[in-house]
Amino acid sequence: MRRLFAIIAVFFGLGLAPVLAAEGGGEIEKRDWSFEGVFGHFDKAALQRGFQVYREICASCHGLDYIAFRNLSALGYSQAEIKAIAAEYEVTDGPDDAGDMFQRPAIPADRFPAPFANENAARAANGGAYPPDLSLIVKARPDGANYLYSLLVGYDDPPADLQMPDGMYYSRVYSGNQIAMPQPLFGDDVVFALGGDTSMEALAADVTAFLAWTAEPELESRKRIGIAVMLFLVVMCFVSYGSMRYIWADVEK
Amino acid sequence: MASPQFKNPLVKWIDHRLPVFSYMHHELHEYPTPKNLSYLWNLGSLAGLALVVMIITGIILAMHYTPHVDHAFDSVERIMRDVNHGWLIRYIHMNGASFFFIVVYLHIFRGLYYGSYKAPRELLWMLGVVILLLMMATAFMGYVLPWGQMSFWGATVITNLFSAIPLIGESIVTWLWGGFSVDNPTLGRFFALHYLMPFVIVAVVMLHLIALHRFGSGNPLGIDVSGQQDTIPFHPYYTSKDLFGAMVFLTIFASAVFFYPNYLGHPDNYIPANPLQTPAHIVPEWYFLPFYAILRAIPDKLGGVLFMFGAIAVLFILPWLDRAPVRSGRFRPLFKIFFWLFLADCVLLGYLGGKPAEGVYVTWSRLATAYYFVHFLLILPLLSVVENTRPLPASISMPVTKGGK
Repeated sequence: MRRLFAIIAVFFGLGLAPVLAAEGGGEIEKRDWSFEGVFGHFDKAALQRGFQVYREICASCHGLDYIAFRNLSALGYSQAEIKAIAAEYEVTDGPDDAGDMFQRPAIPADRFPAPFANENAARAANGGAYPPDLSLIVKARPDGANYLYSLLVGYDDPPADLQMPDGMYYSRVYSGNQIAMPQPLFGDDVVFALGGDTSMEALAADVTAFLAWTAEPELESRKRIGIAVMLFLVVMCFVSYGSMRYIWADVEK
Repeated sequence: MASPQFKNPLVKWIDHRLPVFSYMHHELHEYPTPKNLSYLWNLGSLAGLALVVMIITGIILAMHYTPHVDHAFDSVERIMRDVNHGWLIRYIHMNGASFFFIVVYLHIFRGLYYGSYKAPRELLWMLGVVILLLMMATAFMGYVLPWGQMSFWGATVITNLFSAIPLIGESIVTWLWGGFSVDNPTLGRFFALHYLMPFVIVAVVMLHLIALHRFGSGNPLGIDVSGQQDTIPFHPYYTSKDLFGAMVFLTIFASAVFFYPNYLGHPDNYIPANPLQTPAHIVPEWYFLPFYAILRAIPDKLGGVLFMFGAIAVLFILPWLDRAPVRSGRFRPLFKIFFWLFLADCVLLGYLGGKPAEGVYVTWSRLATAYYFVHFLLILPLLSVVENTRPLPASISMPVTKGGK
């Protein structure tokens, strides 16, 4: 039995090696996130602050294709608040009865409109670089939350011996140390209606938490259901072990 | 083979005309099974359980999935976000593939250690290798369906292997793709085949079970059952033991699904496929890494492909490579050492498969690949001749001779 578990452990180890292999180039800072671990959950106040950072800073270049305004209820907004937020955006609808497309205010069922009409328009506006959609960014990078946070606070002056090409910025974190995104956060970039720390680090942490939610909106219910399932299965392990021993009691070794 | 007497008149009426109840009674109830099976004999039923879980979750996923290059990635995200508990179904399916392979690989190593491939169970073993091959094809095509970066580039690398075939290789690859690159026709056929293959696996599993029930399970001592005192009925003894094993398996499985669902996956597959941008390192899923290492260890493309398929092909002829009459590794002191060396070699190959093919990793990959084949083609045939095996116990009921543990 012990040997069996050793073999399982070896196989898990075999799975780990490639997953943990980092891409190099980056100094990634580890932080404690409320959504980590078995009992992980989102801090709704942080998500709302992060959402504001996204709207006021990131959204000018980065889309959020997979998020609809209705999803914001998970951040603690009421239906009326969500309607009001959606109404601030214009979306293209149609065709109408005359066959024409038209603009109208967004409703909760709409997704966040993309900042650019298409990839070419995005590249043209950003010196050739394509700002990726952020819906899944935390899941799409190794150690996503820590990586994103470190990237946002990881800007620096380039070393004296490094000649930076035009339109590139020095990053301690980004692979190859050259990133096309200018430093987005400096501290005090936004004003929170309810107050809150607006240092660069705090804003980066808040927007990272928000993007962790957009990547895994199911995280809280997944972990909650998971705990119930684990409790059930552990009990069933004992029950089935007991019944096995009871049945096997008359078998001579 | 006396038919059981059924009390229920309807069951009796049906069984007289269609003896399914007698059949189930013979094969699942009274089926005599060695009484000394260890927990390593749980792995077969666990593999069956994993297959059923994969088929059920897969059918549900297929109801919501769209096999089109423009919609595949979006439809998977829709399953994750908008389908009721779609995230649960997908995470079970995604991790289920890994756990299916964990269980099957352990099942195979159990067979290797206890000589489960030896007469009269050669065909049983070979059918198992067929199942492994079918699983690999199915898993590969399934990984392409979400149409992420690794899906696309993995499909490109693996299908390109066929271009190594002399003369007709390029034509075969074009034929497989349905075009001149991995594109919409490729995705469509991969989806169709990914849906079909599991049912082919079910059919081969049936054959595997028919072959198993012909002579019954082997056992840790590797000796034949000598009479009724050595066996117990499958039900309720092994049904209860398999149930316990299933609960332990599901507990470990659930902990991955609910708490670390993306641990065994690759983050790049959450980036939509982009034919214009190659990822820095293209790595397959972990269960292919040992074979990927063998593929890359050979400096020649065709050679690499041949050795990779050879790594599986050698399993087919294993019953004729290891001619030692003693089945169980327990009574083979030298074999035992080489078994663990071989296991370590496979783990090493898996590690190397996940590393970039450069520098010291290439050297190690070549050594590990060489040892993989030396084990089967040299060590096992040699051991069958030179090894002094320990004395076998007289019977399963009386294993207390000096040789046994």
